[in-house]
Amino acid sequence: MRYLSKKNRAILREMVSTDFKVRYQGSLLGYLWSVLKPLFLFVILYVVFTYVFKVGKSIPHYPVYLLLGIVMWNFFTEATTVGASSVVSHGDLIRKISIPRYLVVIASSMSALINLSLSLVVVVVIALFNGLRPELSWLAVPFILLELFALALAVAFILSAAYVKYRDISYIWEIILQAGFYASAILFPLQLVPVQYQKWFFLNPIVQMVQDARYFGVTHDSVTFWSKIVMPYALYPFVVIAVVAGVAKVYFKKQAKFFAENI
Amino acid sequence: MKQAKSEVAVAVRDIHKEFVLPQHKRASVKQAFVNIVSRNGKVIQKVLDGVDFEVHKGDFFGIVGRNGSGKSTLLKILAGVYTPTTGEVRLNGGLTPFIELGVGFNPELSGRDNVFLNGALLGFSRKEMEAMYDEIVDFAELGPFMDQKLKNYSSGMQVRLAFSIAIKAHSEILIFDEVLAVGDEAFQRKCLDVFEQYKANGQTVILVTHDMETVKQFCNRAMLLSEGKIVEVGNPQKVAREYSRLNQEEIDGASDKKNLQAQLIGLKARIMGADKKPRTSFTVGEELLVGTSWQKRPELDSIVVNIYKRSGEHVTGFKTKTDGLLLRENDNVVVVRVKLDLSPGKYYLLIQSLTEQDEEVETIIEGPEFTVKMQDNMKWAGLVNLPHSWTRQ
Repeated sequence: MRYLSKKNRAILREMVSTDFKVRYQGSLLGYLWSVLKPLFLFVILYVVFTYVFKVGKSIPHYPVYLLLGIVMWNFFTEATTVGASSVVSHGDLIRKISIPRYLVVIASSMSALINLSLSLVVVVVIALFNGLRPELSWLAVPFILLELFALALAVAFILSAAYVKYRDISYIWEIILQAGFYASAILFPLQLVPVQYQKWFFLNPIVQMVQDARYFGVTHDSVTFWSKIVMPYALYPFVVIAVVAGVAKVYFKKQAKFFAENI
Repeated sequence: MKQAKSEVAVAVRDIHKEFVLPQHKRASVKQAFVNIVSRNGKVIQKVLDGVDFEVHKGDFFGIVGRNGSGKSTLLKILAGVYTPTTGEVRLNGGLTPFIELGVGFNPELSGRDNVFLNGALLGFSRKEMEAMYDEIVDFAELGPFMDQKLKNYSSGMQVRLAFSIAIKAHSEILIFDEVLAVGDEAFQRKCLDVFEQYKANGQTVILVTHDMETVKQFCNRAMLLSEGKIVEVGNPQKVAREYSRLNQEEIDGASDKKNLQAQLIGLKARIMGADKKPRTSFTVGEELLVGTSWQKRPELDSIVVNIYKRSGEHVTGFKTKTDGLLLRENDNVVVVRVKLDLSPGKYYLLIQSLTEQDEEVETIIEGPEFTVKMQDNMKWAGLVNLPHSWTRQ
């Protein structure tokens, strides 16, 4: 494949490992923070939503249900925000050598992917503690994560190219993510929403992914998109990804020619 | 012609490059550049205007021009970093550009990790890098330091490491941009040795520089750019001559402009040794004399002699008035005596003549140059040797 030739793989590998080595420079716990950060966020939210708001009682294995959602959302957040600034933050490379520009975006998403894998280890451990046992249906989860990765990468490509010209992008995207977090039913079970409104949540394709991952990985009490919608419409999330990816390809390719002079 | 028959390595076809200037930059840039046009409400700066040339296999091709002539833009287009507005570049073979040595170097990584990172960015696979890692470290003479973080390296060590990786590049075409401008004399010597080797091996090299000596010494062909156009291409000697003529014009032009506000006073400067004989080469610690003369002196109140490093740093400056020398009515020459406790390298003078209100009457922007050479028993390190004394307490 031209996109991941030997040369490009070598560059990717070095960029990702640099990123990983540099990230926790000077911190005592180092890489452990990749795991600790989502864990602490999870503990806080778990306490708030089981003891204060008491929304989790209706869902079996709610801690795992909650954590899986958070981990997936964090991955999307990290991949898109770090991805958005990837071209600008690698300005020194882009202005001096002609490596394929898409490599810096892919490298940043790879770092997010590594963090996701580490976080998933925590999820599995907590799942086992919580009394869940490995099932065949778990095998569906990696495919859903792949779907999430595809969407995150496509969004990152668009944002990174736009960010070169419009630095407002990072603030706007931050706000969208904040709103998206609550609109994605990460914290509360979708059942708590009146039935006639539930399907509107699925306008956000991430909700389909999170709910499906919960369905196959945690509990069948997770409200899924395909249980709400009939066939041709159930493909909606994939159509969204395809469209975003298409826009990303055209827009990034067009803008990439001028990155060096616009950064 | 011999070259016309050989194979073309790089063909540049009628390249134009325009930059759309952002709103806030316009006012300041307008004053600095001439090629500014307005189109569809956008302010556009033409940096390259129909550049068309060929580099043949085995050429050592020099690209020269003053700052702002478009040579860096051209280099970035050749390197594939910029996309030309119109026109195209055709490459016959792989190309590795060195716009800067040590691209991607990360101060937080060890020397070792940086070798692999930089290597990957130059197009080497992990395997190739592992195979030549030891050679790189040996050549850089940094064996004991490879596990230390790059931020703990001196700038000289960083350059050595970067250079040692760079010379491993084996692309058919190599481009260097002012590599000689960094680093000390020993490093420059090393660079020149490598250039010798490239020349001997028939490696195709494109060199962007404003050091005419290097061009004359190595290049078999050269090209002079001015305001985005080719002024001269071909014989390096001729290009060098044309370059200095252009420089002279520029200086005269700058003086002409000043002349609109103030009268030209015929400011001249020359460099002499302690024996008052003209010379341009000195040893560290020797004395140098700068004689500044003028013919007429309306409003002239003081003379300033500035010493600049060739790489652009302002080393020092002396002003007659501040040093207690008040110019008299019939003075027309002043001489300043300087002890050159300066690091080895190339320097040039910038001479200003000022009114009582410190307004410039006339300025020699790129005055005479001089070279400071290493002394065998140099007893200090760094850029300058400052007057100092020790006491015990």
